[in-house]
Amino acid sequence: MTARAASANPLKPAARVKIPRQHPHEQAAAARAANFEEVSQGFDAPHALIEAARCLECRDAACTRGCPVGVDIRGFIQRLLVKDFAGAAARVREANALPAICGRVCPQETQCEATCTVGRRFAPIAIGLLERFVADWEARQGPIVPPPRPPALGVRVAVVGSGPAGLTCAADLARLGYGVTVFEALHAAGGVLRYGIPEFRLPKAILDQELERVRALGVEIRTNVLVGRTASLDELFAEWGFDAVFLATGAGTPTFLGIPGEALCGVYSANEFLTRVNLMGAASFPVRDTPVKIGREIAVIGGGNTALDAVRTARRLGAERALLVYRRSRAEMPGRLEEIRHAEDEGIEILFLTNPLRIAGDDQGWVCSLECQRMELAEPDASGRRRPVARAGSEFVLPVQTVIEAIGQRPNPIVQSTTRGLAVGPGGVVTVDGDQRTNRPAVFAGGDLARGGATVILAMRDGRRAAASIHRYLRERAGAPAAPATEVAP
Amino acid sequence: MTFPIREAVALAPTITRYVIEAPLVARKRQAGHFVIVRVAEGGERIPLTIVDGDAGRGTITLIVQAVGKTTRQMAALRAGDALADVLGPLGNPTPIAVHGAVACVGGGVGTAELLPIARALRAAGNAVHAVIGARHRDLVILETEMAACADSLAITTDDGSRGRMGLVTGPLEELMEARRIDAVYAIGPLAMMRAVAEQTRPRQVPTWASLNALMVDGTGMCGGCRVTVGGAMKFACVDGPEFDAHAVDFDELVRRARMYAAEERAADTRFQAACASGGGA
Repeated sequence: MTARAASANPLKPAARVKIPRQHPHEQAAAARAANFEEVSQGFDAPHALIEAARCLECRDAACTRGCPVGVDIRGFIQRLLVKDFAGAAARVREANALPAICGRVCPQETQCEATCTVGRRFAPIAIGLLERFVADWEARQGPIVPPPRPPALGVRVAVVGSGPAGLTCAADLARLGYGVTVFEALHAAGGVLRYGIPEFRLPKAILDQELERVRALGVEIRTNVLVGRTASLDELFAEWGFDAVFLATGAGTPTFLGIPGEALCGVYSANEFLTRVNLMGAASFPVRDTPVKIGREIAVIGGGNTALDAVRTARRLGAERALLVYRRSRAEMPGRLEEIRHAEDEGIEILFLTNPLRIAGDDQGWVCSLECQRMELAEPDASGRRRPVARAGSEFVLPVQTVIEAIGQRPNPIVQSTTRGLAVGPGGVVTVDGDQRTNRPAVFAGGDLARGGATVILAMRDGRRAAASIHRYLRERAGAPAAPATEVAP
Repeated sequence: MTFPIREAVALAPTITRYVIEAPLVARKRQAGHFVIVRVAEGGERIPLTIVDGDAGRGTITLIVQAVGKTTRQMAALRAGDALADVLGPLGNPTPIAVHGAVACVGGGVGTAELLPIARALRAAGNAVHAVIGARHRDLVILETEMAACADSLAITTDDGSRGRMGLVTGPLEELMEARRIDAVYAIGPLAMMRAVAEQTRPRQVPTWASLNALMVDGTGMCGGCRVTVGGAMKFACVDGPEFDAHAVDFDELVRRARMYAAEERAADTRFQAACASGGGA
């Protein structure tokens, strides 16, 4: 499509950028701090169309370069402008198997919206909200119609882990005609989208719908299989007959600070706390069987999205005082901007430049306080962020009954520790090349397992790359001419 | 896909043996492995030790005592019913070595978990001396099976209704007095395992305890099952479930095991009330 000449937008560029960025309806902070319903309601059609009209439809589409999976953003916005919502959805899905999820949880402000041309002088186009609108519109159009399937190639690929990397890889491979089986250890699919991200940010009905669409492509998802225990990686080839394997088991192993008092009752890893609530439904105890304990005053340690998810969840479970304890300053906080704003609106207190020293317990072994010290920032460290150093004599005690540690996760070690000869780097991260290949033939890896803790969308990019790479590998092995990389890669 | 129950046989008034179709687990299970079970939709995930398995039939055996809501719900299931989810085999298999003479000490339903270990130890060439204890004679289980794989078997009950009155530590003390015991495997209530550890510590007899810590996923993700062993944090699910009993901080484990005691009681009461009114849960 040639850009402006063919634009369906009657407005000239100068008029387009004068339209203010549209904002979706959000639940009021006081109300939402007491429920698990979604904070943002997303755009309705009139607002989506106004927002779409702000797009300059730039020829070079800088936004797409900012998107890790390379969604044709200009293309889908142009379908929106002519109210071809189905066409817009199809355009997004060419590059993104999980648009309803990405529209909600991607850090657009550092990706597509950061490179948006309008954003150089004005507020950037609300690309994430438009993506969400398109996907939600699609979800409302009745039962999922399975897309036409390509001829089956008779070649089978195992995907280990049903999180964003695994689902993306599985969807891409199924579209190419491979027989794909996704193995999931838990009783429900979705990985971190299921156990990690709370309902108020990603409703599980949305996840279920996206999973249904992946299944409609012909992907089989098998729960209750822990690769490394139920079946080894070698058995997936030798006994199950798979031709290639994509490992995407995520970074599910919680890290603890190693401070005194971590074995007290009332101390959780963010993983455990969020899993109890998100996967096991602890907010509905005793209707659901799994309980969770939350004090009147709680502290979450960390500054990333997981920490924000945990503290906002604790608030919704009734914590009167919910603190986020972070050792650097606001500028270094890795959490998504919108989530930080939402958290503060909900009454979360963020203690910046605060470092936990020890957790103290009562005589029954329950948490009663968290001792901290104040920090100040020195010169930048290896991560490029200014290094926090302790201020002498600044120790103080926070009375809390629950402490949740959200200081990061390491890769799940089970596949690595049960597979001979798989190259693993520092921290248990599986070593891959730029095409997601491990050192073992026919074995690929991606997502947090190969990164050590990143975002949903970067995991999805790995999944796409792995699918393209697996396709090339399998074609070469079959003696066919190497497939052009463009066939699936962005 | 669910996991059909082939057999459900009462071993005691509250203890049931289940044979469950789980072919993938059955192929891989070894002594000491456990599974995570979810009885039904909405249910919690509970760890249960695999007692036996038949790779050919594709089944595993679990022995479960009804002590709370989930295990009571499971106790109501019969052959032909199914479990919603079974994940495994999890944990590390019991390290089976040739020690010489081994004491296998089981308390309550822990005897069920001890049986495959006793069998494996015997098969490896050890002399196996078993001590099994229960509160009451009705709760003594697997006596015949234990006798079949042990060189000697002592039974104790708290009330003396079967075997010796008292705790398992009595016969264990006599065993260690009478002969050289090279290793001890203890599975049962935390208080029992702690008592055994204290008993073998001065004699420096290597002792393993199988820790049934609270856990959610069973795969190393939640860290809820963390235990302090030799001053270091370990996850019972992926580092255990068996540890050097002399290095385990049992006090901490006892406190953590009680973390949800109030909730467990509430859920159990609610479930029993619902059952009594015929409403289910």
